[in-house]
Amino acid sequence: MYKIVRKRVLNPTVTQMDIEAPLVAKKARPGQFIILRVDEDGERIPLTVAGTNPKEGTVKIIFQVVGGTTQRLNYKEQDEYIEDFVGPLGRATHTEGIKKVCIVGGGVGCAIALPVAQEFHRLGAEVTSIIGFREKNLVILEEEFKACSDNMILLTDDGSYGREGNVTVPLKEMLEAGKEFDMIITIGPLIMMKFVTLAAKPFGVPVTASMNPIMIDGTGMCGGCRLTLHRNGETVTKFACVDGPEFNAYEIDFDEAMSRGRMYADFERHAHAESCNLFKKVQGGES
Amino acid sequence: MALNPKKCEMPTQPPSERAKNFKEVALGYTLEMAKGEAERCLNCKNKPCVAGCPVNIDIPDFITHIKNGELEAAYQSILKSSSLPAVCGRVCPQETQCESKCTLGIKFEPVGIGRLERFVADWHNENVTEKPARPASNGHRVAIVGSGPSGLTCAGDLAKKGYEVTVYEALHTAGGVLVYGIPEFRLPKAIVAKEVETLKNLGVTIETNVVIGKTLTIDELFEMGFEAVFIGSGAGLPSFMNIPGESLKGVYSANEFLTRSNLMKAYRTDSTTPIMKGGKVAVVGGGNVAMDAARTALRLGAENVYIIYRRSEEELPARAEEVEHAKEEGIEFHLLRNPVEILGYQNPEDPRDSKNGFVSGIRCIKMELGEPDERGRRRPIPIPGSEYDIAVDTVIMSIGTSPNPLIKETTEGLAVNSRGGIVVTEEGLTSIRGVYAGGDAVTGAATVISAMGAGKTAAKAIHEYLEQG
Repeated sequence: MYKIVRKRVLNPTVTQMDIEAPLVAKKARPGQFIILRVDEDGERIPLTVAGTNPKEGTVKIIFQVVGGTTQRLNYKEQDEYIEDFVGPLGRATHTEGIKKVCIVGGGVGCAIALPVAQEFHRLGAEVTSIIGFREKNLVILEEEFKACSDNMILLTDDGSYGREGNVTVPLKEMLEAGKEFDMIITIGPLIMMKFVTLAAKPFGVPVTASMNPIMIDGTGMCGGCRLTLHRNGETVTKFACVDGPEFNAYEIDFDEAMSRGRMYADFERHAHAESCNLFKKVQGGES
Repeated sequence: MALNPKKCEMPTQPPSERAKNFKEVALGYTLEMAKGEAERCLNCKNKPCVAGCPVNIDIPDFITHIKNGELEAAYQSILKSSSLPAVCGRVCPQETQCESKCTLGIKFEPVGIGRLERFVADWHNENVTEKPARPASNGHRVAIVGSGPSGLTCAGDLAKKGYEVTVYEALHTAGGVLVYGIPEFRLPKAIVAKEVETLKNLGVTIETNVVIGKTLTIDELFEMGFEAVFIGSGAGLPSFMNIPGESLKGVYSANEFLTRSNLMKAYRTDSTTPIMKGGKVAVVGGGNVAMDAARTALRLGAENVYIIYRRSEEELPARAEEVEHAKEEGIEFHLLRNPVEILGYQNPEDPRDSKNGFVSGIRCIKMELGEPDERGRRRPIPIPGSEYDIAVDTVIMSIGTSPNPLIKETTEGLAVNSRGGIVVTEEGLTSIRGVYAGGDAVTGAATVISAMGAGKTAAKAIHEYLEQG
């Protein structure tokens, strides 16, 4: 059992928790992920590490309530426990030789992008952060990004806060104005990462995308997290859990990844509704 | 009394019934059946069966105890050599091991050794609540990586000798392939849990949710005071055929499909684990894992389940009994067939059709057998122009795995072969002093009992290594 040391609601659908897991806290590097189960017989879900406190022995996770499992996790309060917590899994973000980096995050993906931005900042790199959200009340981690970025641009799709528009617009502007980056790292919805990649392509800047596919064990055993890379005219199958989660974005077959990500869409919607109903019943004291 | 030329049949659930539930297929012997079968053993002096057992159980000895009605003594006799008798009695391929060497088998059917082993272990688990005496500690600490058959065997053997053993498991439940891979109807999880409990009573500590190579490294285990390490991390990355369509929705590796059903309990009606159920299912491959996947799909409600295998029935690598059971349940075998493409659904009118990107069929080519290959099996050759399509909703690839890559990546000096298997000596010693390995991590996908044999060999070597100091 793993204790929830702190819980903080970041916005109506996004929650942050610090989980007591000393071994993971000691090892986890930015870019890596963990797998957790909320309760016995629960689903195993991967979540990227949003920060660690090795002294305290805690690991920070930030998640969006999207299905039954994240719903149940969200019902847990401080000082309660979750059943399983394992990691760190996957490979850490590659930072070597990168002096100027642009971090492009979208929505809850910003939670994963933050520790990456902080790591580059700590290493003395010049950090540009472009973070986008759907609307004002979904904005998270603004102050944290400001603190670790040399230049931060915040956008909302509807212009209710920060600049209006999506993240590719300021990225393109900067690249067109001759701004140079050693690497663009993009973390967020697949469709956003696809368009960030397309926007950067004409300028020849390397792009890394952090993938978050469906997975079970996270150790390379099930193969559910496989994705297709197109490398030098050849098709290569890679496993996000052991080979990733970060990949050269120019090689990723985003369309396939988006399709695979929807494999259980109906099931998820159903589970989410069930979980909500169950909760309402418990709250309302119905039979 | 005249010798019965045939093995006593073990009662099973009727095929039509069991195809709809996840309860165990084989029901086990009664005491009477067990005694009758034990009477068939000739108790021959040279005991060829013992040599056929990868862990060298003294088979005639335990069978003699059954004859005499001394069931606990029979159990203790098995336990001297095997830490997991209830498991082995169910999943060992006895027909190619102990039973294939049985003297009686020259003229008649061999003694049903596996069925007797299962009977004894089940009898013990049901009737004996007394915990085994915990051996006095010898002060030495050994770490085991992975709680599958090789790890548990190694742990059990060392614990019996007084070693303080800690087993690290990456998943949330101990048992490795015994819990994520082999389905409930062939090996009930309660039986695995019971065997694990027995090991805990012997003093073995099991730490779940620790991935060696990630959470802790092999080097750190030594820093923590362990004096030897056994790596039994098992099979890793599942293989795919690299044919078009393998990334369509509805294509699984057997590992994923079985893990969802077994470990994640999708087979239970109250489960929250998503899995594709019903429709038509194609399973590619002919091993035990393929049979497990096919029979699981059937029980989850599939209308039709097809096994697609590129060689003929004779070459099917699965146990004869499993193939037999699968056929009885209605699994259809498409032999001498090989997939060339998995076909997907795409609505040209509507790019948002929710069925887009899901499997709609599998294109196979007919095969014929040519000259034997280097392993002596006749090589399958495609017959040009013989392609045909089968309509299916789900495809399960069960064509093997390669060893787990996590440990070699973080352990400097650990030698692996070209396929990623850890290189070991006959005693199970790796290229690093004090580090031993066995099971699928060394050999690639193989059997439960061969992994147990490797765990046993390594336990002996670790004992000798630590005794010498």
